[in-house]
Amino acid sequence: MILDGKCPTGPIQDSWDKHRFDMKLVNPANKRKYKILVVGTGLAGGAAAASLGELGYNVEAFCYQDSARRAHSIAAQGGINAAKNYPNDGDSIYRLFYDTIKGGDFRAREADVWRLAQVSNNIIDQCVAQGVPFARDYAGYLDTRSFGGAQVSRTFYARGQTGQQLLLGAYQALMRQIKVGTVKLHARREMLDLVVVDGVAKGITVRNLVSGEIESHWGDAVILATGGYMNVFYLSTNAMGCSVTATWKAAKKGAFFANPCYTQIHPTCIPQTGDHQSKLTLMSESLRNDGRCWVPKKKEDCEKKAADIPEDDRDYYLERKYPSFGNLAPRDIASRAAKEQCDDERGVGPGKRGVYLDFQSSIDRVGENTIAERYGNLFQMYEKITDENAYKQPMRIYPAPHYAMGGLWIDYNCMSNLPGLFVLGEANFSVHGANRLGASALMQGLADGYFVIPNTIAHYLVGVAPGAVKADHPEFKKSVDEVQGQVDTLLSINGTKTVSEFHRELGKIMWENVGMARSEESLNFALKKIPELREEFWQNVKVTGSKAEVNSQIENAGRVADFLEFSALLTKDALTREESCGGHFRVEHQTADGEAMRDDENFTYVAAWEFKGNDKEPELHKEPLKFDNIKLAVRSYK
Amino acid sequence: MNLILHVWRQNGPNDKGRLDQYEAKNVSPDSSFLEMLDEVNEDLIKKGQIPIEFDHDCREGICGTCSQVINGIPHGPDKLVTTCQLHMRKFKDGDHIYIEPWRSKAFPIIKDLVTDRNALDRIIQAYGYTSTHTGGVADGNAMLVPKVAADEAMDAAACIGCGACVAACPNASAMLFTSAKVSQLALLPQGKAEAAKRVKAMVEQMDSEGFGNCTNHYECQAACPKGISVSFISRMNREMMKALPQ
Repeated sequence: MILDGKCPTGPIQDSWDKHRFDMKLVNPANKRKYKILVVGTGLAGGAAAASLGELGYNVEAFCYQDSARRAHSIAAQGGINAAKNYPNDGDSIYRLFYDTIKGGDFRAREADVWRLAQVSNNIIDQCVAQGVPFARDYAGYLDTRSFGGAQVSRTFYARGQTGQQLLLGAYQALMRQIKVGTVKLHARREMLDLVVVDGVAKGITVRNLVSGEIESHWGDAVILATGGYMNVFYLSTNAMGCSVTATWKAAKKGAFFANPCYTQIHPTCIPQTGDHQSKLTLMSESLRNDGRCWVPKKKEDCEKKAADIPEDDRDYYLERKYPSFGNLAPRDIASRAAKEQCDDERGVGPGKRGVYLDFQSSIDRVGENTIAERYGNLFQMYEKITDENAYKQPMRIYPAPHYAMGGLWIDYNCMSNLPGLFVLGEANFSVHGANRLGASALMQGLADGYFVIPNTIAHYLVGVAPGAVKADHPEFKKSVDEVQGQVDTLLSINGTKTVSEFHRELGKIMWENVGMARSEESLNFALKKIPELREEFWQNVKVTGSKAEVNSQIENAGRVADFLEFSALLTKDALTREESCGGHFRVEHQTADGEAMRDDENFTYVAAWEFKGNDKEPELHKEPLKFDNIKLAVRSYK
Repeated sequence: MNLILHVWRQNGPNDKGRLDQYEAKNVSPDSSFLEMLDEVNEDLIKKGQIPIEFDHDCREGICGTCSQVINGIPHGPDKLVTTCQLHMRKFKDGDHIYIEPWRSKAFPIIKDLVTDRNALDRIIQAYGYTSTHTGGVADGNAMLVPKVAADEAMDAAACIGCGACVAACPNASAMLFTSAKVSQLALLPQGKAEAAKRVKAMVEQMDSEGFGNCTNHYECQAACPKGISVSFISRMNREMMKALPQ
């Protein structure tokens, strides 16, 4: 099937405004008759639930955490992009649009990205009005800094805690709606199934993580804002509870999964220290404003202390390879460059899987106090984890799985191919193409939640009879029975391996074969190993305790079971995409100097996969990508 | 290193609860406190026993989920860290470590080390926001914010809502938490219009949840992983004084 994103036509500058006018509206008096379920309370879900509640819809929000304030958006450090052009350095909506398309290696939809760039400015205004304490200059104006993949300073920030502050803004707006009664929050609930009635999304099945009860919830529309799937690699910068479960369950009910092979490996994370490790910690990309990446030129220097290696023997490899962007090269490029140096046996630290991020020249230039003001909390976090003082010696960093550009397929209105199912934020695939630029995730989450979905959902709801399907429909009972059946099975296997052991094994397969460098051989190897591990899981996993109580083993077992299915689709997508683009690097497709080589003739499309069962091949549907405004070009940061 | 753990186990709010003893063997000094507990739990599962339940999520000190009283101190002996960022190099081989949940009437125990902290959400619901509508707001630079005010607001806004301040306080007071939000919004011009209504509503909710009052022990500040200062409590009291005649 050839998919159509239903993007507006005509001049791109007017596309969103015209589309907003063309869409139907719901009469204010009728809004309260519609019930909307919002799963996830991060930037996208929190902003959506608050805004829809305020508009008068009857909203129910769900999160697995104990409080809506704890979604993993909170961990974003560096900042949020907007095309305000406050610094007068040449920025514009068009430039943000252009940078995002190019940064995504020409694998995103033009219309969606234009809209994102256009509403980016509204987001900053909205957050300021909510009391988000953005950094200010001495005159009292908003301050900005630079991020990778851009030559303008358009990133707004609140120290190293921008995600936290933006999320708290959305959370507080949500709390306000809960108080007035337009939104009802169900915390400590995990979505374990999507209920589809006659091809239309009509509700969800969740597990109450305190009582263990399996609950049905009906809605006239379902919004998934459940984040990304990078914990498929086991070690990632995601929170422990982040999973593919909500989106994967939707995919198993017919929603197409788009571009799962577009995975972002973030260049600046604290290297792994041992097998006990449960997660990796990100060091904000903003550090590359003032930090310089280097490794020793000579292999024999790798054991030496950084301070003992003279300037001439240091290889500032990003500055050498990409003189015009230098240390601010985009993430995919910076990560691959770090891997190259380590593969060349010039890595530093334990296991030689690390490169230096050195602040000495910035400290010499602006002083330690200024650096501390900019990044103090990051330096502190680094010290707590590594026991090293980064003011005195360079940080050691290494790439780590961080963000999923792929996600459920959606049209321009953020609706999946299943009517009534909307997908926002990291959970969808739409705007980042094959590589997301820094400070663009926060922008997308809030754009989708505050400014897109409140407009587009009305256009769908107008055609729906409110409350036509409720939780007494047989599909709900069927779904509850399925979910309950899986929980019972997990408890009954009583094997010898823990859930974590399976997760760790899956992560190893994925990181080594479907990670930063992928080949036909490695991908086929993974496709052989994953089903074997999945089969073993269902015969040999050990889950203790009971189902009618807090039991984090049941939660984790369900998540890992879904990763064991989804990982095969991710790998299959990587195998099918016979080109290198953004975060997807196939070693067979590279230039002589090791840069990614796209194949625009054959792969300028969105790969949207339809699940057909674990024993069957998924079906590929293509959405061709058209570039009417930006010329397809080789992406160069040299 | 090898450690002896004494962990609070409680099968739900109505169970009496007890301290059970466990051994943590071959612990790497580079592992985090929660990774050490992960290993203990893996052993328990393999023996067919029920692992220790504890709240955690981001494991990088920002989500505010993890919450353990370690050797009598919320988030343990290290300064300015959450439990997830406490590392085992802060302990010695052979140490006995006592691990308990947050202790406060307003935070009922759900299971083992997991507590219900939704009372804090209800304080925010009471008025921990500006009544801003989505859309239709002024340009971000329309109202200037003096840098000192923005910086101080950010100091207050750094609160992660973990509740360590409550757990540390002999009165189980939530004054540090409440005052941080009151102060953040009172310091910014965008929050000033509702400052008086806000402080009254939030303090009223705080009292009704069963939190105690502040009697200047400053244990909250000492336990706070984000270094929130008790000076915000003074600021909240001033805001309350200003609000009272209205």
